[in-house]
Order: sequence, then C-alpha cells, then structure tokens
Amino acid sequence: MFGAWHIAIPPLPALMAQLLIGLINGAFYAMLSLGLAVIFGMLNIINFTHGAQYMLGAFCAFLLLNQLGIGYWWALAVAPILVGAFGMGLERLFIRHLYHLDHLYGLLLTFGLGLIIEGLFRQEWGSAGLPYSIPDALTGAHNLGFMFLPNYRAWVIVASLAMCIGTWFVIERTRLGSYLRAATENPTLVQAMGINVPRMITLTYGFGVALAALAGVMAAPIYQVSPLMGSNIIIVVFAVVVIGGMGSIVGSIVSGFVLGLIEGLTKVFYPEASATAIFVIMAIVLLVKPAGFFGRAV
Amino acid sequence: MRRALPGPGVFSLAPGRAVGAALALLALAAPFLFYPVFVMKALCFGLFACAFNLLMGYVGLVSFGHAAFFGWASYTTAYSVKYFALGPIAGILAGTAVAAAMGVVFGWLAIRRHGIYFAMVTLALAQMVYFVALEVKATGGEDGIQAVPRGTLFGFIDLDNPYAMYYFVLAIFLVGFAIIQRTIHSPFGQVLKAIRENEPRAVSLGYRTERYKLLAFILSATLSGLAGSTKSLVFQLASLTDVHWATSGDVVLMTLLGGIGTVLGPVIGAAILVSMENYLAELGSWVTVIQGVIFVVFVLVFRRGFVGEIEVWFRRRKQSTAARSPVSSASAARGPSPG
Repeated sequence: MFGAWHIAIPPLPALMAQLLIGLINGAFYAMLSLGLAVIFGMLNIINFTHGAQYMLGAFCAFLLLNQLGIGYWWALAVAPILVGAFGMGLERLFIRHLYHLDHLYGLLLTFGLGLIIEGLFRQEWGSAGLPYSIPDALTGAHNLGFMFLPNYRAWVIVASLAMCIGTWFVIERTRLGSYLRAATENPTLVQAMGINVPRMITLTYGFGVALAALAGVMAAPIYQVSPLMGSNIIIVVFAVVVIGGMGSIVGSIVSGFVLGLIEGLTKVFYPEASATAIFVIMAIVLLVKPAGFFGRAV
Repeated sequence: MRRALPGPGVFSLAPGRAVGAALALLALAAPFLFYPVFVMKALCFGLFACAFNLLMGYVGLVSFGHAAFFGWASYTTAYSVKYFALGPIAGILAGTAVAAAMGVVFGWLAIRRHGIYFAMVTLALAQMVYFVALEVKATGGEDGIQAVPRGTLFGFIDLDNPYAMYYFVLAIFLVGFAIIQRTIHSPFGQVLKAIRENEPRAVSLGYRTERYKLLAFILSATLSGLAGSTKSLVFQLASLTDVHWATSGDVVLMTLLGGIGTVLGPVIGAAILVSMENYLAELGSWVTVIQGVIFVVFVLVFRRGFVGEIEVWFRRRKQSTAARSPVSSASAARGPSPG
C-alpha cells in the first residue's frame, strides 16, 4: 500500500492518457449532473432514476443497431427522444402526484422506478457488458506529438461541451429559458400569466432525461453497455452534485469536468485512491464549504 | 403546503397488550416453526430497520448509506472473531464500536446538509466505504470473510446449535429494540420529534438541533452496526453485499413498507422483505423489480406503510363507533389525509 507513495513523475504520454480518461469521465459527470440540476431546478426532486435512464440511452443505441440496423448517428437523435418521451410518461403517471409532498418521497419513488428498470434489464441481458463499436467515421486516432488522441474520445469531449453550453444558453439567455427560471421561482405567478406550468414541468423532466440518454449513447462505445452502468456512475455524480451544489447550471458543468480531471490525476499518482477520490473531496468540501462551491445554502 | 415526511406523533401508538403477548409467543416459538437461520436473518434486518427508522421516522433524516455501518460492523466482527479469536460477545461489541465511530464521522459530515442533500451525502460516503471494502485485503474482496466461527457463549453455550444461536440473536434484538423504545419515549426523543416537525421552531426554542441530530445519527449507526455484527455470526460470513448501496436501499424499503415512524413497522417490513428474498430467490432479478414496484406503490398509495395504515384504520373505526356528533365526524374525516 505504501509503495505507491514514492511518486515518480510518470512519462508524459501516460500522464496525458490518464488526463484524457479523466476528461472523458468528467464529460459524462458534467452531462449527468447537468440533467439532474435542470430537473431539480424545476421539479424540486432529485432524480434517482437518472442512472437507469442513462443506461436506457445506451441500451437504446445497442438495440437500434442490433435489431434494426440503425447506426450511431441516428441513435444519437432517436435514443434521447425515445427515452425522453418515456421519462415524460413517468412524470405524468407517477412523479406529478408527489409535488405537494416532502421532496424525499420523490427521491424514494424515483429510486423505486430505477430499481424496476434496472431489474428488468438485468433479467433480460444479465450483468455482463455488451460491446458497441465506435462509428466508422470516428475510428482511428490523431498523433498530437506528445500523445495519441483517439478520434472518438475527442468527439465525446467536444460534443458534451457543446451540449452543456447549448443547455446553459437556452436556460440563461433565451425567452423559453426565462419562462423556465421564472416558473422555478414562482410557479403560481407564471401560471397566472397564461403559461402552462404543468406542461413545462413535464417537458423539463423529459429534457433532463433525454440528456441522460444522450450521455448513455455517447458512453456506449467507451464503456460497455450493461444494466449496471447507470447505478455505478450515478452515485459518483451525486457526490459531484454535492460538491458543486445544484444552484447553478454552470456549477454542475464545471464541477463535472474538474472532478473528472482530478480523478484522472489520482489514477496517475495514487491509483488505489482513484475510486474514492471524489468522495474524499466531497467530505472535505462539506467541512469547508457545506453549501458546495456554486450552491445556495440548503 | 408541503407535508413533512413522516406522520405525526400518533403514528407511534404502542401495540396493544394482546398484540404484544402474541408477538412474544411467536418470537419464542419461531425457530420451531420456521427455518432458524431465516428467522435470525429477519431479526437482524428487523433491528437494522428499527435503527434506521429511529433516524427516518423520528428525526426525519433519510440516510441512503446505512449499509456502511451494517456492512463494516459485519466485517469487523467477522475479522476479529476469525483472526483475533474474540468470543461472540466481544466480537459483536467490537463491530458495534467501529460502527459507532463511523457514525460520529459520517454524522458530523452529513448533518451539515438537509433533505435530499443529506441522502446524497450519506449515499456517497457509503459508496466510499464500499470501494474501501473492495480494495482492502482484510475484507477478502469478492470472497468476503468466510467460515466465521460462531464460538461459545459464556464459555459453555455452543452457538453452532441453531436454537442456542437463535435465542442469543433474539436477546440482542430485544436489547436493541428496548434501547430504541427508551430513546423515542425519552425527553430526548421528544426533541427529535420536534426537530422532525419543525426544525427552525426547535432552534428558536433554544435547542441545539445539530447536537440532537448528531446524537440520533450516532445511535442509529451504532444499532445498525449491532445488527450487522450479529448478522455476520448468523451467516458466518461478511461480504460486499452488506456494504453495497442495494442494502441501504433495502433498509429504506423495509421501513417504508412497514410504516415510517411506527414502532413495529420496520420489523414487519424486514420480515416481509427477507421472506420475499428467501422464497422468490429463484426469480433472480425479478426480486429487484418487485422491490421497485413496492417502492412505487407504497410511496404513491400507502405512505403510512402496513402498520401505519392499520393504526389509522383502527382509530377511524373507534371514532365512528363513538358518538356521531358533528365534531367527531369532522375529525374522523381528517383521518385519512396522510401526514
């Protein structure tokens, strides 16, 4: 255990490779915590089904390819729409009945929904990972001089950044976003102005779920597609959310990427701690800044 | 208005004497009626759920990480009994003490946040414990610690005898249960309920609510550890399952199923869930699906849980048989609204 303490500076390519993995993980943390933040802002529930919905996105891509022969690029559009619509169904059928109750009931309900989805998929597909190959256009790698950058990974980072910035832009800078923010502050007043708030809530939930599904599709070629992929990542994302605070969109994006990078660095310098690094950081943040870096005190 | 999570104080109605006597008889006769290990498992998880309910039902704090205390105590007892040759009681005390120490640290961190954040913090801390258990050599990784000796009690009672072991487990359960009852009905317990109902008001009355919450958290963690330690002797095994988040979810479900904030609810919820896992084991992942369905149905329809619904049903019947004056029918009509 203590052997790892003599820290040798690793060769540059190895360091860069780990940082790249960290950045990729960070991209997924950012997309998932962004979806959680969007849903939390509007519905005031923490969506425990988020991991299962991310897994659904990946499975959707897998099934589209293997059952219907529909490839990655179409899956990128179709899977989020399908899973998002499914999410809206869940909101209409179950979640909306809990808005007048304590937030914790929403947590218990969405946890239960997650168990159902995960259990069904585990029953059908087992726990082993299923392969999903990288689309042809993105195979191969570029030599950057100090490291090889696989094209697909570069695409994931760029696409997730674009997605995060796009979401931020819509919510903070457009008229639609202003309705959304207003409805978060005071739903009754916004309803009185003639805006259909319940429909807005449903659409917001659908959008957050679609984000998770999109992340799932992008994750399919990198991690294997498995029923357990969602619950493995979502607990880390919860820690990211506690560190960043759910007060702001920017906060969840920044903390997602930064924590992914930190996790990558831990893998280089002290690999034994890489699985626990983010949780340790969470504990420290709770001590020095209990509300999280971007959060309002709750 | 948002309603507070657990119901009001009336939920903690003590069970009637007849019910108590029947339960005592059942507890004494159980090993002759059912498979002893199964009943012992139900008792361990029953104690675990009661300890959890102390926090969820009486303080209104929902922890999603109680498996950390249960599981790590289980590892500690298994390790110390197997490798340090501690006796069963010393081993259980060691595990319980470790869980208490973890409760101090986790509670101290977690009570800085409220509501859903509290749930996420406890879940994340417990996941950290899971990864530690996965990596550290002492826990045996995927294999766990197997073939843990049960030992002999007081030097002459051989616990390999399933009946001796059963009454030992029953005694531990009753001690834990009594501690929880004593806590709930003490002035300290009254303050906890006040915090559950309205924390700012409790603060305004001069209570240092953080201290009360921390103390309740430590007590809950300690008793969860007691349950986990006992479990490792019953099954002679400590494994990763005990620290996995699914176990944290199980204990939440047991409490919800039986009745949040009821005295006997968690025990009944645990018994139902343990028998479900036992008899439906060949269904594989369908058990997870059924658990999910129970979560959904109970959150949407039976938020009071089994025991809570029965208590309300009895109370309503009593009220309707009493004088049918407008006042009493008005209060009876208020009965069914949850919370």
